Amino acid sequence: MNIHKLSKRERERFDFDIIAHWIPAGERVLDLGCGDGNLLRYLSETKRVEGCGVEINPQSVLQCVRNGVNVLQIDIEGGLSGFEDLSFDHAIISQALQAMHATERILAEMLRVAGEAVVSFPNFAYRTNRSAVAKGHMPVSPDLPYEWYDTPNVRFFTLVDFEALCDQLGIEIREKLAFDETGRRVTDDPNLNGSLAFYLLGRRPE
Amino acid sequence: MGVVAPQRFGSDAPLRLKSGVTLPAFELVYETYGTLNASRSNAVLVCHALSGNHHLAGVTADNPDEIGWWDNLIGPGKPLDTRRFFVVGVNNLGGCYGSTGPLSINPETGRRYGADFPLVLVEDWVQAQARLADHLGIETWAAVVGGSLGGMQALEWAMRFPDRLRHVIAIAATPKLTAQNIAFNEVARQAILSDTNFHGGHYAEYGVVPSNGLRLARMIGHITYLSDSQMGDKFGRQLSKGEYQFSYDVNFEVESYLRHQGSKFSAFFDANTYLTTTKALDYFDPAYDHDGDLSAALASARADFLIVSFTTDWRFSPARSREIVFALMKNRRRVSYANVDCDAGHDSFLLADPHYHAVLRAYFENIRL
Repeated sequence: MNIHKLSKRERERFDFDIIAHWIPAGERVLDLGCGDGNLLRYLSETKRVEGCGVEINPQSVLQCVRNGVNVLQIDIEGGLSGFEDLSFDHAIISQALQAMHATERILAEMLRVAGEAVVSFPNFAYRTNRSAVAKGHMPVSPDLPYEWYDTPNVRFFTLVDFEALCDQLGIEIREKLAFDETGRRVTDDPNLNGSLAFYLLGRRPE
Repeated sequence: MGVVAPQRFGSDAPLRLKSGVTLPAFELVYETYGTLNASRSNAVLVCHALSGNHHLAGVTADNPDEIGWWDNLIGPGKPLDTRRFFVVGVNNLGGCYGSTGPLSINPETGRRYGADFPLVLVEDWVQAQARLADHLGIETWAAVVGGSLGGMQALEWAMRFPDRLRHVIAIAATPKLTAQNIAFNEVARQAILSDTNFHGGHYAEYGVVPSNGLRLARMIGHITYLSDSQMGDKFGRQLSKGEYQFSYDVNFEVESYLRHQGSKFSAFFDANTYLTTTKALDYFDPAYDHDGDLSAALASARADFLIVSFTTDWRFSPARSREIVFALMKNRRRVSYANVDCDAGHDSFLLADPHYHAVLRAYFENIRL
């Protein structure tokens, strides 16, 4: 499979399958930055989850309502203070963490309101990104599809950076998957060979 | 929507009001749009706000110029599509559009109730609406919808009759009024109460109306329905005669607008209804009986919810809608919440903002019948 050649829908499906694999059927799931609600719809159809999406973009909120997905138009940069502790089984943030400023707070809040968190993000240290920088340019790739001047991304980090932050925040990495840009799973030096990373996180036992 | 005809429903069973007073019987005037389906699963109740009524859409035969107040939302092909839904509009108890209220004749005295009409609150309206639902053969509403005070009625339905509705759509609503909200209401009431034509609420017996007080009340209320930016855009400091008059006559366009709104309103609305309705707003606080815990108040609710607020609404701000949202989330209800960017303040809920109406349309389309 070459994920370059996948349609947007197929590409989404690839991400969704990876995330769905960590979500047991019938759970309560919070999806932060849920976009059009396609992931929650997929999880509700395939896993019968009770989903709640959070999204700030009005058009995406409308699309969620059309999709029959519960969505709250709330700015999560301000935290999740309205949500009760452990009111969800899983909190997901799929390729949206890099577009938010309050990184630490969001990660901490996800593991307050949910038992486990699923985080996926593009790896800025991926091989082709490194070579773009080595040639003097900011990287543009299927997982980082923006020019530097119009990117919604505000946090630029790598797998090892993310893992260091998790450690600092008392977050335990329970599972980790990395894929190159052809969609092939990589285990050898994922910080170099992984374009997209998926983490299953929990609170580190005291 | 075309021509619609108001109908009357009479209930002979006594209605015990929240204030403790019992109303021996009452009548409600209502309109319906569309057709109730065979399984009676497509009925939608639309609750009105402070100055609204049962006439939601279309026109009536004897008043072809009076288009229903939510005509932009309700009708064939509109977001609340009457080809699919059976929509009911009702003038609330205590109203002045034909339902039993201060203008009705008190059977005990043979004269108009006037100020003797008991205070009717949101809970009482909903009880009366439930009697109408019984009369129409509607066991369960597909949805109960309302903006502002109408949204409070929709919330009350969800708490009081959890099995009798499947969806709540509460727009520009609040779980309770703030001190500032009550303060504005109190100034409006004082304007009416201090009008020399008020006569303790029995003005009808003197053949007068406290129109000056009502006019002031409406002017005050109207300011809270609009946003600062919208008033700025609409009027700014525009002068009606192009120059400063250095007098107390109308000089700024905004003065002219408010006076016009006030006069128009005071020509048809009943002052006692205005008074009692502002009190219904002030006293609505479902959390009051639960030590201030709104989620405890909403624990009985079973419906799914769509909550909508408007970014420029400072009367019932988006934060108030979010209180409702999170209280519902605590109860594990299915909730969607849209905070619509619309310039028109609290009154946005009456406008046909394309994004706002698209959200409502999408939500209605996903309601299973």
